[in-house]
Amino acid sequence: MSFRDIISGTVRDVSPYRPMKARIIKTRLYTQFEKLLRIELENKKPLGHRPGQFVQVSLFGFGEAPLSICSSPTEQDYFDLTVRRIPGGIVTDALHRLEAGSIIGIRGPYGNGYPLEKMLGGNILIVAGGLGIVPLRSLIHYIMNKRKDFGEVRILLGCKTPHDMLYGDEITDWQRRADILLQCTVDKADPDWKGNVGVITTLIPSVELNPWRTYAVIVGPPIMYKYVVAELLKKKVPEHQIIMSLERNMRCGLGRCGHCLIKGTYVCASGPVFTLDQLRALEGECMEGECHVQA
Amino acid sequence: MQYGVIEKNNLNQWFDSLQHKGMVYAPQKRGYLFVFDRADSFDDVSLHHTPTILSPKKFYLPQKELLFEFSREPFGVTKKRPEPGKYILFGVQTCDIAGIQCLDVVFGEEPVDSYYQEMKEAITIIGMECMDYCDRFASCAAVGTHVYQSGYDLLLTDMGSRYALHIRSEKGEDLITGHDYIREMNASDRDELTKAREEKMKRFHVEFDEDISAVDKAFDEGFFSDVWNDVGKRCVGCTNCTAVCPTCYCHDIIDELSLDMNKGKRYRIWNYCQMDDFAKVAGGQDFRAGRGPRQRHRYYRKFKYPLEKYNKYFCIGCGRCSRTCMAGIILIETVNSLLAERRRS
Repeated sequence: MSFRDIISGTVRDVSPYRPMKARIIKTRLYTQFEKLLRIELENKKPLGHRPGQFVQVSLFGFGEAPLSICSSPTEQDYFDLTVRRIPGGIVTDALHRLEAGSIIGIRGPYGNGYPLEKMLGGNILIVAGGLGIVPLRSLIHYIMNKRKDFGEVRILLGCKTPHDMLYGDEITDWQRRADILLQCTVDKADPDWKGNVGVITTLIPSVELNPWRTYAVIVGPPIMYKYVVAELLKKKVPEHQIIMSLERNMRCGLGRCGHCLIKGTYVCASGPVFTLDQLRALEGECMEGECHVQA
Repeated sequence: MQYGVIEKNNLNQWFDSLQHKGMVYAPQKRGYLFVFDRADSFDDVSLHHTPTILSPKKFYLPQKELLFEFSREPFGVTKKRPEPGKYILFGVQTCDIAGIQCLDVVFGEEPVDSYYQEMKEAITIIGMECMDYCDRFASCAAVGTHVYQSGYDLLLTDMGSRYALHIRSEKGEDLITGHDYIREMNASDRDELTKAREEKMKRFHVEFDEDISAVDKAFDEGFFSDVWNDVGKRCVGCTNCTAVCPTCYCHDIIDELSLDMNKGKRYRIWNYCQMDDFAKVAGGQDFRAGRGPRQRHRYYRKFKYPLEKYNKYFCIGCGRCSRTCMAGIILIETVNSLLAERRRS
């Protein structure tokens, strides 16, 4: 509903809160806690999202939860969400129990997404910590689909143990590709692990990059931002090319309910993707790693 | 007609005529406080009162508002909610008119909120201009909401023996047509009105120690001020300040399932940034921990962020937050402390 419709009185009953009907067409349990849901909107309507955006998932009777879209908009018939089950997460817990065929409600997509227009033609450095790979999977799939539009693509992936790794078989595929450089690390290895051991920050010093051409897209917990961003600043990556996606308590997605505000900025509407220089302006309410970073 | 006049002893009669035009709500005494409630008779109405416990915001953005009804199996959402009916809010104070206009801006932004718009259409506002301070907590003159020229359908101004009526809309005009005791304003009435307003302006003064441009600067520079630690130490986190604020509009969305476990209702409910779990995410991280940062956020959402976004103060100076605070945190004092700190540095 636009302002014009209100003024002319032609549309009176369009609620921005009403979810669309959607069906889970496939599920896949990656770990004990993380499950992928493949979702189809009614009449196979495309969601029309950008990588980095999120949706509000409705389970009537339980409520709504904001979840990152983890598939690329180049796949139009469906979209993917990955849900982590956490204690006290009423909606996520109920979602986790659903199987293919279940009906859910979807509102969105919401948020700004990654600044693809600016990233086009640049070298892309993707840094994913833990669940950060979820929103980044959307970007990675998108870049693979439009590979020739981007320069060098490098993915740094970190998680706690090899068991916590999501999308394992896809990552193996990415590793095989000649046009993508991928490095994995775990905080704690097990006997079968052949990759790096240590926090994700340890991978960065050896990365050779051309700072002026590089767009670094980082998603992970605030504490990871702190160390990764410091390393990137040491490598002289400009602040407006350091891109982060923030987690907040997004209840409405419409830039109104107030829960996700950082100072006067709605993360759900102006974000969740911000560049470091944008976050610096929010100093005082950002988490330490999100904006207090020095090289 | 743009300006009318009604004698004080005719107000009763006119009030009765409003009952045929819609559900009339007006300020009424409850104990030592006042509330906006259904008023069938003019005897119920309090014309001189401190701001009501809750502002008329409760009509525009009800504390618990039905968004839609749903059914789980088969998946379904109702399209229409019941028509709200016609509301007439009688005696809305000047500051509260300003408060409603703040909400108008927020809920008129894209995506336009159809629920709010529907209520806005259903409501007619008959304002009552404040001619003097209600009490020592008001800070309306500092933010300029003691004089208001829009946001109402009709505005009553007490000129002594009679009321001036300012007609701002067709809805307002409709309420006064056909009553011969309401006449058009003549030149001598106009002088009377000007004089009443001049007298009024003498009673009001900037309530803060410095004028509003200094307050702007104090907020620009005061984000890391000790004032917020002090306020945070005193705050008990009861959320009263945000519950009564006419321009607080934060909300949450909740579902209620009926006993058949299939049908239910989704509501929008008031929610407050002063609640300790307000900015907490499901994983447990709290993005605005502590009462100091939460109080600071409340003040900045009144004096700085909306100024940047809408060029409007969202503090309308009604004083409700100060009146209701269990810990005695008084807005005028907080702003003055911030000003004092700026003078010192």
